[in-house]
Amino acid sequence: MSDTAVDTDEADQDVPKVVSSRFDVADGHTLDGYTRSGSFEGYAALRRVLTMTPGAVSELVKDATLLGRGGAAFPAGVKWGFCPPGVWPRYVVVNGDESEPGTYKDRLLMERDPHQLIEGSLIAAYAIGAAQVFLYVRGEMPHAQERIAAALNEAYEANLIGKNILGTDFSVDVVLTWGAGAYIVGEETALIESLEGNRGMPRLKPPFFPAAKGLYMMPTIVNNVETLSNLPWLLNHGVAEYRSIGTEASPGTRLIALSGDVERPGVYEVPQGTTTFRELFESERYGGGIRGGHELKMFIPGGASAPWFFPEQVDLPLEGRVVGGEGSMLGSGAVVVMDDTTDAVRACLRLVRFFARESCGKCTPCREGTVWEEKILQRILDGQGRPSDLDLLLDVADNISPGPYPLAAYAEADLEAIPFPPRQTTICPLGPSSVAPITSAIRRFRHEFEDKINRKDSIPVTSAGMSNV
Amino acid sequence: MSEKPRDLEITEPVEITLNGELITAQNGELLIDACERNGSYIPRFCYHPRMSPVGMCRMCLVEVDTGRGAALQPSCMIPVSDGMSVDTESDGVAKAQDGILEFLLANHPLDCPVCDKGGECPLQDQAYAYGPGESRFVEEKRHNEKPIPISDLVFLDRERCILCDRCTRFADEVAGDPLIHFIHRGSHTEVNTFPGEPFASYFSGNTVQICPVGALTASPYRFKARPWDLEETESTCTRCSVGCRVTVESSRNEVLRLQGVDSDPVNWSWLCDKGRFGFEAGNSRNRISQPLLRSESGELSEVRWNTALDGAASAISAAVDGRGPQSVAVLGGARLTNESAYAWTKLAKGVIGTDNVDCQLGDGLPAELVLGLPGASIDEVCESGATVLYLGPDAKEELPVLYLRLRHAADSDGVKIVEVGPTLTGLSPYVAESITALPGETASVVAALLDGTSEHVQASALLRDASDLKVVIGRANLAEDETITVKAANLIRESVPGATFLPALRRGNVRGALEAGLSPGLLPGGAVLAGTVPPGWQSVPTEKGGSASEILEDAANGRVEVLILLGSDPLRDFPDRSLARRALAGAKTVISVDPFVNASAELADLVLAASMFSESAGTTTNLEGRVTTLNQKVTPPGTARDDWMIAVDLTDRLGADLGVETSAADLLHEMAEFSDAHVALRDGDPVGDGVMLDISGRDLVTPAEFEVPAANAYSLRLVLNRTMYDKGTLLAESPSSAGLAGESVVKLSAADAAPLGVDGSTQVKVTSEHGSVIVAATIDPKVPKGVAVMHHVLGDVDAGTLLVSGDPVCDVRVEVS
Repeated sequence: MSDTAVDTDEADQDVPKVVSSRFDVADGHTLDGYTRSGSFEGYAALRRVLTMTPGAVSELVKDATLLGRGGAAFPAGVKWGFCPPGVWPRYVVVNGDESEPGTYKDRLLMERDPHQLIEGSLIAAYAIGAAQVFLYVRGEMPHAQERIAAALNEAYEANLIGKNILGTDFSVDVVLTWGAGAYIVGEETALIESLEGNRGMPRLKPPFFPAAKGLYMMPTIVNNVETLSNLPWLLNHGVAEYRSIGTEASPGTRLIALSGDVERPGVYEVPQGTTTFRELFESERYGGGIRGGHELKMFIPGGASAPWFFPEQVDLPLEGRVVGGEGSMLGSGAVVVMDDTTDAVRACLRLVRFFARESCGKCTPCREGTVWEEKILQRILDGQGRPSDLDLLLDVADNISPGPYPLAAYAEADLEAIPFPPRQTTICPLGPSSVAPITSAIRRFRHEFEDKINRKDSIPVTSAGMSNV
Repeated sequence: MSEKPRDLEITEPVEITLNGELITAQNGELLIDACERNGSYIPRFCYHPRMSPVGMCRMCLVEVDTGRGAALQPSCMIPVSDGMSVDTESDGVAKAQDGILEFLLANHPLDCPVCDKGGECPLQDQAYAYGPGESRFVEEKRHNEKPIPISDLVFLDRERCILCDRCTRFADEVAGDPLIHFIHRGSHTEVNTFPGEPFASYFSGNTVQICPVGALTASPYRFKARPWDLEETESTCTRCSVGCRVTVESSRNEVLRLQGVDSDPVNWSWLCDKGRFGFEAGNSRNRISQPLLRSESGELSEVRWNTALDGAASAISAAVDGRGPQSVAVLGGARLTNESAYAWTKLAKGVIGTDNVDCQLGDGLPAELVLGLPGASIDEVCESGATVLYLGPDAKEELPVLYLRLRHAADSDGVKIVEVGPTLTGLSPYVAESITALPGETASVVAALLDGTSEHVQASALLRDASDLKVVIGRANLAEDETITVKAANLIRESVPGATFLPALRRGNVRGALEAGLSPGLLPGGAVLAGTVPPGWQSVPTEKGGSASEILEDAANGRVEVLILLGSDPLRDFPDRSLARRALAGAKTVISVDPFVNASAELADLVLAASMFSESAGTTTNLEGRVTTLNQKVTPPGTARDDWMIAVDLTDRLGADLGVETSAADLLHEMAEFSDAHVALRDGDPVGDGVMLDISGRDLVTPAEFEVPAANAYSLRLVLNRTMYDKGTLLAESPSSAGLAGESVVKLSAADAAPLGVDGSTQVKVTSEHGSVIVAATIDPKVPKGVAVMHHVLGDVDAGTLLVSGDPVCDVRVEVS
């Protein structure tokens, strides 16, 4: 990320900056910078929280309807309430293993405002009664790890973490740990396995809902970095002000990682539900239009796992509920724009290959199915496709994610939207995610596949193969 | 698959709908088991009823509706709840099953015609039953080097592997040897060992048995047979006294494989590798098929049975006539069937009239103690919440499947074990506390624990607070006199009146032999020799006989003229090696009844060819007192015959009748009529999991008088114990396991090794009052300061020459040679 990608427009003062207010403050990552700059005073929220009861903090977060920003959009306050009463110890785990292709918002939050995240984590720990926070940062983000480590040291020094925080009887330890390069560890149960020192493989929910049986089989709240980063602002400004942003069902803002064929890719904090994809792509405040005057061909509204949207969906608001109903998901807030120069088959393979490489190998359908999908797509691109391959591809996909797969409406073909989420024969959604590009691409661009199979548009078979994609 | 859901008593019934019909299931049990118990078998690969479910293979997906609409769920991970509705046969389920099988077969080599698993392969069977008729996978399959050895016994073919996590889970969860694991990711995932660390688990064979494809094969069976050529019968493994249930599988009159059977009270389907692969000894070319008589030239040469039996009978008659019946002695019998043990008891005590009979070789515990203690079953010792005082040998080495049960009990069922012994053991990582008792101190350490004066406060409190203390008692150290263990047992009985005991003796049917009366001073069922003549007997000995060491002493000085070795090899097994040697030289006639010419038989005058495991039918009794059946699967080589038949023939030649009308079963019935312990056998023969003897204990007194000399600062106390793989005859005759025995070694603590300058493979001289040996020394963290450990019957160095039987302990000096 270059600094220019961050929204710095003076004219945008009307858009509240809940989590990104220190993104362009040079020393925003230091304790001094955190307490001095930004849209609220650093660690003031923690001081306030320490005078409240933990129950009151939970209630406040519940009243604010703080939706999880990791992808599932589950209300954080409700999740906290799932810890079975009387079972101790409990843990807070911060999911900083952001690795969905197209998503890079948590990285900025960790690199540029680590204290905001730490304060949010402490508030969560206070609310659920945890004495231990595990901060799990993706292995490939050394800068974020360094910044967080430095921030933790400062916070320990200032008695903001550790024993008897700020003279109260609230004590918490925060442990920084990092991944070893597996996308699947972004899934909360796999992250817990990894934290325990095991292979990162998801656990089945039920029975292993982390809030009940999480880290070391104890109640564990796993929250996304952005979710927790919202807490200091929320506690400072109050529920009413928070709820005044966005919509009734989805209040607050979202950090959107915009990438692909727009003039100004970058991370933008937008109010939930009141901004449309068109605004995001075209507004000078955000994307600044499709790159080089090209036409929009399709876009992914919520990271590589999300079914594709097309120009018809461009006026939908950036709100999880709505996007889900229209056949995709807002997910982790990664919007990938593809213009009319994009080859749908190659784009499809590029995404499927990611899931095949990242399958953990636990469930048969994902382990064997994703790589099979990849091989068929590669073969089609290599000019070795067979007419039966498209039905085969769809049926292999159906064996990973049975039944009608979520899809955007396609008026031209008189097809209605199939709402999210997909069904799955696997433990976690990784395998079924590989189906999203396949069903999306084949439904809308079947002719592109057929052209390649019929060799109208085949690229030469080369040993380089994948490198062209 | 062969695994069946465990028997279950429904205590918390709930009603669920299974394919439209209401059924009753146990609340919380796994759906896959509930469905199978009610007639709907759900296909599966990764699920195993003895391991925790992982839901990996996805083959057991069924449609489950708990009120929020039907969804595909893995039935191996879903606990049954009231009102649940399950469909195992819907179109959606069938499509999912078909899909999973297609995925599994996509990269699976279809080399079934050359695969050992072909014909009994769950993947093959389920592909036929639930899978697609043909594959749509036209891409290149995954390739891997065809089988790679992952241990000395097990080969892994990664191409065939379907990554069900069974072997890896077994290694980690059941055996506690997590030496195999998944490596790499996604479609490149494979099972493998850590570099340079083979899967050297004593339990590796179980992974071969539970592998749902032919990915894991074991060297003794590879390419030996096709499953449809195998015939099988259920039996009991007699390699140690745990008594694991097995199927014996043979082809063309040759045993080719043993598989574990899930016996709930005993082995839970697991076997140790020594038991599983030990059948190879039966097929050895070194088996004797004819009796052997020492000829004029001094060679053992084959003779007819008539000649051999006449020779034996005349030697016995001459001894009885000359020096009285006590000049005939029978040593051994702990590897015989119950029937054979009884036949030999009756022959020795009722026909010959000698009480010089001992089935143990100075490495066990007195019969009065074993039969007198109130017994505890394996299940009782491992019962959830139990407190156990462990005073036995290293179970991992000597009683491996008992180790698995104890490990599971401690690890999963909250059983608290306090281990008292001279070294740490395989069980140590799982126990509540390991307390070192140097040789000679076992009884005093136990006494302090029980009277509260021990410095081990927590262990002491645990034992003193136990409402129902279980004690596992055996010989952790063959260089320590048995009376010290007896003293400890007596102490426990006095201070904890409700304590019950599980004897941890090692030889296959030692309990059965003791119960049959193959012990001095006792008749079958632990009845004391006091004039009562059992029905069918002519008489009983008038004079109490001696234990193994007394018998050998008497043989050495000529008082025992005929020494009958009943499947025993004192020259190798009796701890006091020089006494054994003198005894064999001193006895006028040595008769060995054995399948092999073992070290002692080499010196015998007559060797009678006996049958072995899987060649004779009968019953056996495990360490807890459980009687199970032994079935015959193959015929013995040549004219070798069952031990009881030899007893019958010999009796006949001595002018008496052993009373066998039709079969060996007559012997068991006759014993059961007399023996109070065998009451349960009066109603019928044991089947399946067997029947328990009366183990409530008998009023037998075992005095324990000894005096342990003070340790001197220059010496170490010797611990002589066993390893699983040693140089015993049966292992030496099993080609695939013979090489697994280690070399002779003396193990020292780091504290004792440092002043000697012992680092890794230093040669040292170990000297006792009675002898010395030169041996390699190593440092072992399991050994405490003040102790030197050597292993019995391991390697070329004979640790037995350091001992004299009867000494309470053996002190040795260790010097760099």
